[in-house]
Amino acid sequence: MPNEQPYIRVDNLQLIFGKGKRLQQAQHLYNDGATNAEIREQTRCTVGVRYADFHIKKGETFVIVGLSGSGKSSLIRCFNRLNKATGGSITIDGMDVTKLDKKELLELRRNKISMVFQSFGLLSHRTVLANVEYGLEVKGIPNKDRDEMAKQAIELVGLKGWETYYPHQLSGGMKQRVGLARAIANDPDILLMDEPYSALDPLIRREMQKELLNLEDYIDKTIVFITHDMNEAFRLGDRIALMKDGEIVQLGKPASFFENPANDYVRDFIADVDKTQVLRAKQIMKEIPVSFTPDTPRTDARDKLAELELDVAFVTDEENHYLGYVTFEDLDVSRKMTVEKLLKTDLEPYYRQNFIKDLISLLDEADYDVPIVDSKNRLRGSICHEVLLSAIS
Amino acid sequence: MLEYPDFLKFSIAPIFDVIVDWILTNLSALFDFITLVIANLFNGVEAALSFVPWWLFVMIVFLLGKKYYDYKMASLLGVMMFAIGMFDLWDSMIYTIAIVLISVIVSLVVGLPVGILMAKNERIEQILKPVLDAMQTMPSFVYLIPAVMLFGLGRVPAVFATTIYAIPPLIRLTYLGITGVDKEVIEAGKAYGSTPAQMLFKIELPQALATIMTGVNQTTMMAMAMVVISSMIGAEGIGEEVLIAIRRLEVGRGFQAGFAIVFLAIILDRLLQGAANSLEGGTVHAE
Repeated sequence: MPNEQPYIRVDNLQLIFGKGKRLQQAQHLYNDGATNAEIREQTRCTVGVRYADFHIKKGETFVIVGLSGSGKSSLIRCFNRLNKATGGSITIDGMDVTKLDKKELLELRRNKISMVFQSFGLLSHRTVLANVEYGLEVKGIPNKDRDEMAKQAIELVGLKGWETYYPHQLSGGMKQRVGLARAIANDPDILLMDEPYSALDPLIRREMQKELLNLEDYIDKTIVFITHDMNEAFRLGDRIALMKDGEIVQLGKPASFFENPANDYVRDFIADVDKTQVLRAKQIMKEIPVSFTPDTPRTDARDKLAELELDVAFVTDEENHYLGYVTFEDLDVSRKMTVEKLLKTDLEPYYRQNFIKDLISLLDEADYDVPIVDSKNRLRGSICHEVLLSAIS
Repeated sequence: MLEYPDFLKFSIAPIFDVIVDWILTNLSALFDFITLVIANLFNGVEAALSFVPWWLFVMIVFLLGKKYYDYKMASLLGVMMFAIGMFDLWDSMIYTIAIVLISVIVSLVVGLPVGILMAKNERIEQILKPVLDAMQTMPSFVYLIPAVMLFGLGRVPAVFATTIYAIPPLIRLTYLGITGVDKEVIEAGKAYGSTPAQMLFKIELPQALATIMTGVNQTTMMAMAMVVISSMIGAEGIGEEVLIAIRRLEVGRGFQAGFAIVFLAIILDRLLQGAANSLEGGTVHAE
């Protein structure tokens, strides 16, 4: 779960591509509020990012979305200083990236941040294994440990057995898995992903997105993800920033874009997004008012439900793993001592990372709310008919 | 009125004369040293090459041809090598190969770092580009004059002139290879915290290798061309045969030597290309 503390803080970031006098002139115009087109016309400098101001929480998947030329790729390159910001600051874990010296920058890149590229950025002269090892190699990790770590990463992305192949022998999807393995082999805190799936065909893309979501349950990373595909943004993002002409137009949780789009541009942008295919269960689920363990006394359970005016409640074990449900009717008429004997298990839980499209039929069949669980089957929330309908309307 | 006026005439020839004169008077020790090094290197290489029996030579060419291509190409190259021996030009060929080899080695030692510098430094790039253009358009004979003045007659000035003539493609292709590395690959290298040295040796040079090999090939071919011309300043080898044929107007002898040169060039070219392609095996992008 994302920690609420801001982990990456972007303050008033400005990025203008240019040099010397021209750059100064451009910055002057920028401060006077000139538009990007005006600045380009007068100084031939291109504005990449203007007044970016936001923070990213630890463990969060933060998606930056926008059309090409909106400055999203320029922005993500400021995080590991492939682009040097010309104004403002980026603070990661209390450290201002824009002010690091050479040595500190190497440290940051070697240990804290990894990056995945749109056209993969693989070294064609190296095998899959040697590619994944690259980051470990440059920071001087001994050969043996390096192999071990790289192999783990390769297994995690599902490429076991392909270690000795060369990139040109792999398909696009597999190449990007190598890119991802290279990134996580380093065990960074932050993953920068620059349109990683844009070069893949739609089926593979969907599959890779799913895998990334699953991966989030295993590796606890802060992910900054760039895409031009709004569907992808909604599918992956805990929070989304929509960029246009170097500026962030709207920033918030996926649902907030539907609830109150900031302007017509945003409205247009999300117009053909199929909500059932992009909203995940966890994004619309409600908190559970009450749940019981199998050894809860029957009468306690009945009284509690009566008090809350509910006719069903979920049952979990001590560690919150979902077991089943009990109904008020059963609790009321039965003579059993605890809820254990009344437990019903015919209600399948729904994985919280799944999109809500399958929930529609599920809720049509079920008489009760659908329980939502995480990958370890822990109960996280529930969704009822009304909630679902209001989410997709 | 129609003639170019005298007062506008200005010769730049004295400038070069002065430069070479100055070098001769002030840097003779340096050139003596270079002469010594190259002469020794040459004797070593020639001795080593002569030590290899002719049939082994033919066999090596055949086997390499088979490794890089097929039996057909291997047989063709083997027969060409054999033919040079048949023409009674074997010793001349060894001599020629020695000069080419040393020129290529010197070109590599000098050309690689220069090409890298050119790729890394905009100033150097701006200066060297026209210089390389000029070097490649300059008639090859012109290099013979300073070569003779600095090193006298014989093999050493031949190596010098050949190297000067042959080095531009290597520099240019090293530069092109390094600047042509995929932008995202460079970014990936940086993003994973490579130092400039790691960038160069682990990413840029390996990625540029195929292009650099093309440069080596071109340099070798240029050296082959120049080594014939440098027979005019006393280099022995197959070129000398051609020169003799010209002096005596012996058409047949001229063509025989000419074909020997063509054969040798083809053999070197195919084998180098084969080596380059086999290197590329893991280097090519699939796209």
